[in-house]
Amino acid sequence: MAAVEMEVRDGVDRETIETVQAMSGSYKHGWSTDIEMDFAPKGISEDIVRLISQKNNEPQWMLDWRLAAYRRWIKMEEPRWAMLNYPAIDYQDQYYYAKPKSMVEKPKSLDEVDPKLLATYEKLGIPLKEQMILAGVELPEGERRVAVDAVFDSVSLGTTFKAELQKAGVIFCSISEAVREHPELVQKYLGSVVPQSDNFFATLNSAVFSDGSFVYIPKGTRCPMELSTYFRINAENTGQFERTLIIADEGSYVSYLEGCTAPKRDSHQLHAAVVELVILKDAEIKYSTVQNWYPGDENGKGGIYNFVTKRADCRGERAKVMWTQVETGSAITWKYPSCILRGDASQGEFYSIAIANNAQQADTGTKMVHLGKRTKSRIVSKGISAGRAQNTYRGLVSMHPKAVDSRNYTQCDSLLIGDKCGAHTVPYIEVKNNSSRVEHEATTSKVDEDQLFYCRSRGMDEEEAVALVVNGFCKEVLQALPMEFAMEAQSLVAISLEGSVG
Amino acid sequence: MGLLQAKSDALAARLAGRTLGQGGWLVAVQAAALDRLRPMGLPGKRDEYWRYTDPTSLTAVEPPKADLFDTKGEARPFSAIDRLKLVFVDGVFDSVQSDPLALDGVEITPLADAAGTEGHWAAGLYGMLEACGQSPVERPLAALNTALATQGMMIRVTGRPSKPISMIYLCTSDTSDAILHHCVKLAPGAELTLLENGPAAARLNKVLEVDVGEGARLHHVRTQGRDHQRRAATHIFGSIAAGALFKSFTLTANGRLTRNEAVLELLGDDAVAHVAGATVGDGEFHHDDTVFITHAGQRCESRQVFKKVLKNGAVGVFQGKILVKPGAQKTDGYQISQSLLLDEDSQFLAKPELEIYADDVKCSHGSTSGAIDETALYYLRSRGVPLKAAQSLLVLAFLAEAIDEIEDEAIADDIRDRLEGWLQRHEH
Repeated sequence: MAAVEMEVRDGVDRETIETVQAMSGSYKHGWSTDIEMDFAPKGISEDIVRLISQKNNEPQWMLDWRLAAYRRWIKMEEPRWAMLNYPAIDYQDQYYYAKPKSMVEKPKSLDEVDPKLLATYEKLGIPLKEQMILAGVELPEGERRVAVDAVFDSVSLGTTFKAELQKAGVIFCSISEAVREHPELVQKYLGSVVPQSDNFFATLNSAVFSDGSFVYIPKGTRCPMELSTYFRINAENTGQFERTLIIADEGSYVSYLEGCTAPKRDSHQLHAAVVELVILKDAEIKYSTVQNWYPGDENGKGGIYNFVTKRADCRGERAKVMWTQVETGSAITWKYPSCILRGDASQGEFYSIAIANNAQQADTGTKMVHLGKRTKSRIVSKGISAGRAQNTYRGLVSMHPKAVDSRNYTQCDSLLIGDKCGAHTVPYIEVKNNSSRVEHEATTSKVDEDQLFYCRSRGMDEEEAVALVVNGFCKEVLQALPMEFAMEAQSLVAISLEGSVG
Repeated sequence: MGLLQAKSDALAARLAGRTLGQGGWLVAVQAAALDRLRPMGLPGKRDEYWRYTDPTSLTAVEPPKADLFDTKGEARPFSAIDRLKLVFVDGVFDSVQSDPLALDGVEITPLADAAGTEGHWAAGLYGMLEACGQSPVERPLAALNTALATQGMMIRVTGRPSKPISMIYLCTSDTSDAILHHCVKLAPGAELTLLENGPAAARLNKVLEVDVGEGARLHHVRTQGRDHQRRAATHIFGSIAAGALFKSFTLTANGRLTRNEAVLELLGDDAVAHVAGATVGDGEFHHDDTVFITHAGQRCESRQVFKKVLKNGAVGVFQGKILVKPGAQKTDGYQISQSLLLDEDSQFLAKPELEIYADDVKCSHGSTSGAIDETALYYLRSRGVPLKAAQSLLVLAFLAEAIDEIEDEAIADDIRDRLEGWLQRHEH
């Protein structure tokens, strides 16, 4: 068994290096698709909120919900406590809705989707068409298939494998479709984990979210394949506000993957998403993200401002959630995927790699709120700073008085490459009972000279050597990712650090 | 805006009826402190910096009444140690009970006398480090202290005195409200041990500014009075020059509310700063250690070691930060905060932070919280140690890492004895 593992790792490392060589240059998803778009007028107002709701053919209750959020939002102040430095955002200088013209009349199936759009996803390496995936049936036994929901600017383009999922009783569709088709589920769960009033960005999202994914896994069902959403911001000056809602009913299981890219633009683009996970008794959700929004150029020009609220609510006994994130993109990252461990013996895990290079700034971490008895949580965070970047881990572990016999383990390690970047750790630890154990460890160091020297002595150049050492530093997190994602993430780690040495 | 208004209203109320201005150079220095303070106002419980401790009783116009504590004839801390005693009664220097202000290699002047002396050295230190310590985090209680203090000792050390200086703070009134401001300056190569003990007052606001010159060494050990109802907000502002060393240890047992802040800057290369605390709390007890260490020089070492033993609803807080400035290469920063919760009701709240802008550094922090290790307890009992003795043994072992920060063995033993005594009295 160990030999096989070694082989895989060797192969992966080679791949990393090859990718680095192949990508000599910069952000590989920086191209844009030239496509006719249907924009709502710039800016945000009640009319825009109404327009978005109308474009999505939403029922009245949904519009009311959005308007309530909007009215709350205009009274809120943008939070500034994160260690992020960016000029004030002009919320009126954004498009809150952009839809490819060809999608105005929603196509009946993927076959009717504008080939240009499909080509976009193909170029990104996302095989949208089921046929394409099915054509590769001679793949080895056990090869996992992935159902994809693709979101382009403000709208979902289509979801693959729908029929097969339906057979298992799984609902996987865009959230706008869910609002129309499954209002009882949406009404019951939307905003129940991240309420409208949660925070500035979540409230903004509640008012203007245009699309996103909706997943419902029925009782006792193990989702037959991995589900995936691919987000692409294409249009200029457009904010993307997607909303994802996943409900894992009792005893169910799902693994969900999320990927994001955006073209190179000189101006900053806003992205404020909300992800809500509801996990009932004995259910489990694995949520993996590879966030690779355009990070801006070396001088900090352009790039995505990424303000995301992600939260999982373990409502039942033995519910389990696992967040894994690889954050390599975005000019600004503000993201704290959290776990509310409400059910007795529920479990939350958070594995994170955050890489900030050049002028990127990341302030990311998690919250583990232990409410139930015998709840467990584990946090492994790896932050890597290079160039002039600033990388902050910010986290909360809270043991409530009733969360007896609970356990938390936190490890956050930071790696600094170069003397102009910064690495920061801001953990909050709140223990309110004595039968729980909380452990927190953090270290900050630079890339080990001996390891680098060894790699160099084996003929690697400096950049390759750093990529290898950094991949080793991230290993614990990479191992938590589903296989396909792990490969992509490893290459990303290498690419993100390009130009950080010498 | 409402919040800010409340803070400045609190300050206005606190200042009402105060006559400011002590004479000499101090007038201008205190006026400047007041100018710093006005835009800040007094802290409120909504401030992030006061997230875990409610400052209301520290900022209120009148101190809450604190019943006097009967020590039942128990010897005071450090009484077996040969030292120069400086006694303060309810925050006022008492020259009769104190030793004469004469010690080899040291110059000791009460604040009022120093203020009246033109060109006194303390004019260059009083309020200076406190002012520097107001950024990046505001510490209004310290600015208030600088602005209002009339009592304190200005101590300049040029040699290596033969015995420690010991400040003894007696409290005789259940409504006393003391403000003390000490300055300690060590010339290059000088060395001093500074001891402090006693409750001082029903409410104490104390600032200690220390300027440790090149290669100098300052050892600071204090025990905070056992009075159950006293409240205290203390600040240490330290500037540590190249090759210098500053070590501070605090033992806190009881007290309704204690907030101890240490703001230290390692300015020169190869400087060392250690801050340690052992805290034992039973019942209505809230103890907050807030430490901010800045590494500006190269190859500096800092350690923060804080241990808290809590029972019957006691609350322990630790907010520690290591800031490594750009260029502070080869920094070695270490921070540990641990709590032992002896029953279900107690709480431990911690925020151990690192902020690092240099790459060739070794910084780590650890924080743990939990109950007494059942396995260790079982082992001791299986070896015939009675339950209570076994518990005490494990508690002392838990606190040992903090006490080990005291270099002087006689002083460390004194601290251990006091802890053992406390544990015996507070057994369940």
